[in-house]
Amino acid sequence: MKDFPYTESKDTRSGFGAGLHELGKTNPNVVALCADLIGSLKMDAFVKDFPERFFQVGIAEANMMGLAAGLTIGGKIPFTGTFANFSTGRVYDQIRQSIAYSGKNVKICASHAGLTLGEDGATHQILEDIGLMKMLPHMCVINPCDYNQTKAATLAIADYEGPVYLRFGRPVVPNFTPADQPFEIGKGVLLNEGADVSIFATGHLVWKAILAGKLLAEKGINAEIINLHTIKPLDAQMILESARKTRCVVTAEEHQMNGGLGDSIAQLLAREEPLPLEMVAVNDSFGESGTPDQLMEKYGLNEAAIVRAVEKVMARKTK
Amino acid sequence: MAQPTASETHTPAATKSVAELNQIAAQVRRDIVRMVHAVNSGHPGGSLGCTELLVALYFKVMQHTPEPFDMDGIGQDLFFLSNGHISPVFYSVLARSGYFPVSELATFRKLNSRLQGHPATHEHLPGIRVASGSLGQGLSVATGAAQAKKLNGDKSTVFVLMGDGELQEGQIWEAALYAPHHKVDNLIAFVDRNGQQIDGPTEKIGGLGDLRAKFESFNWRVLETDGNQFETLLATIEEAQSLLGQGQPIMVLMDTQMGFGVDFMMGSHKWHGVAPNDEQLEKALLQLEVEKASDY
Repeated sequence: MKDFPYTESKDTRSGFGAGLHELGKTNPNVVALCADLIGSLKMDAFVKDFPERFFQVGIAEANMMGLAAGLTIGGKIPFTGTFANFSTGRVYDQIRQSIAYSGKNVKICASHAGLTLGEDGATHQILEDIGLMKMLPHMCVINPCDYNQTKAATLAIADYEGPVYLRFGRPVVPNFTPADQPFEIGKGVLLNEGADVSIFATGHLVWKAILAGKLLAEKGINAEIINLHTIKPLDAQMILESARKTRCVVTAEEHQMNGGLGDSIAQLLAREEPLPLEMVAVNDSFGESGTPDQLMEKYGLNEAAIVRAVEKVMARKTK
Repeated sequence: MAQPTASETHTPAATKSVAELNQIAAQVRRDIVRMVHAVNSGHPGGSLGCTELLVALYFKVMQHTPEPFDMDGIGQDLFFLSNGHISPVFYSVLARSGYFPVSELATFRKLNSRLQGHPATHEHLPGIRVASGSLGQGLSVATGAAQAKKLNGDKSTVFVLMGDGELQEGQIWEAALYAPHHKVDNLIAFVDRNGQQIDGPTEKIGGLGDLRAKFESFNWRVLETDGNQFETLLATIEEAQSLLGQGQPIMVLMDTQMGFGVDFMMGSHKWHGVAPNDEQLEKALLQLEVEKASDY
């Protein structure tokens, strides 16, 4: 099992804030909108240095999505910022009609996704957003794993023509992605080569998959670990190549089983290469208040849960 | 930012007389009733009621370049239709002002057409800049487009039309708060105040009350006009244009009649989304005489 050294832990939302600020300097067409959550989205630096390209919308997310669609007419590249819950479910029809169906070049940037929002509880812990967004035709869906990758993703989506959903979060997690690693939309990142099982993880579960890989190595299990930061378009080639080699698959994500990364991979395997699959995800449940670590443990989204899933799926492998 | 020269923009209108505009409006109304009749679906009532506005904008008021169509519309006045169900009037006016062939009106609501039931950009129909149909979204989009113009140093104007029933959507009021707060003063919005919605009169279904007082309290500049009479409508639009750039967005409340121009369709919500039958079409066309009819 490869080692993944890191010097510090940071929140992914700060990676977004840093990327947005850099875009402010490098791309004059980038504009930002926020629905009363500048601090939470780490947009302060952009707001301070590029006030004429920042629009405070107030607590009016539906209007924000419409404004963003309108700003593209005239060549702007709008980045909207609010919590994941208010970036998706609350404004689904606005995104569907004014952005996705209209093919507008809007970047929907969503923080505080999933259980790791913590104490605020289930009203704010959306676990359905990936599913909602990936169902929209031509919507690109990205869920990076750490600070560096979120920053790189933020820069990359500005150069991509079309609507994007960029999902990140609040907790501080190891920042192990090399700062100079280019972000390729739709391309998985092979973290560890292995032969016994393929673990496909996205977002905060990528680090948990690395921790699980170490535990599995101690048991003599050699796991292939792939970071699928892009849920849509899915890197079908990399997934199939890995699955055909290891003959069993575990998916891991901070999302409902229905509609998430595991769901996309299950569809792919069922069509192309039916193989045993286990999903580490929330199983048809809302979250609740608690610390992020408590919640990830209670809802089975940590390294121990991934190890259990690996053992289960390997037992199902055909000899 | 490069500004197009006058010769590149569509300014037919500066020269159009009210008599000529009335002829165009009659032809547009013929298109509307024929289009909805042909597919036995669509929304004639609101389309007929807003014909003067769209004809006035596209044939007299707006500086715009139909061909080649440019989505960004830099240096052009832009129009957004928020109440997308009145697509028949929008399509007819776009076709007759040069955005696409008039003959294409015959494909309205048919399979593989660019003229979807509600306006869409998805099939790349020239003249459409955003999809509409699900109500309440157009004021936000138009406001964003107006702010993009300001960022671009583009002095042209953004126009948007909403239905009155549509004002029951919450998003309208989010945008209504936002635009004056951000001094979006290159925006002229219109409300088609015909007093009707699908289930009946607006004041019975979800009373809108005193719209002037409401929008004024939100810090809009509010004008009122007869929306079915070119002289007063054009005078009001001219007044609205004179108020641009003064720190406030402008709202024009248009008193209109649903179904205007066809006597048996006028003033009733019953023709909101119902097509005329063969006999009714014939009767309607008799009332919509033009000197040189050029039906598609």
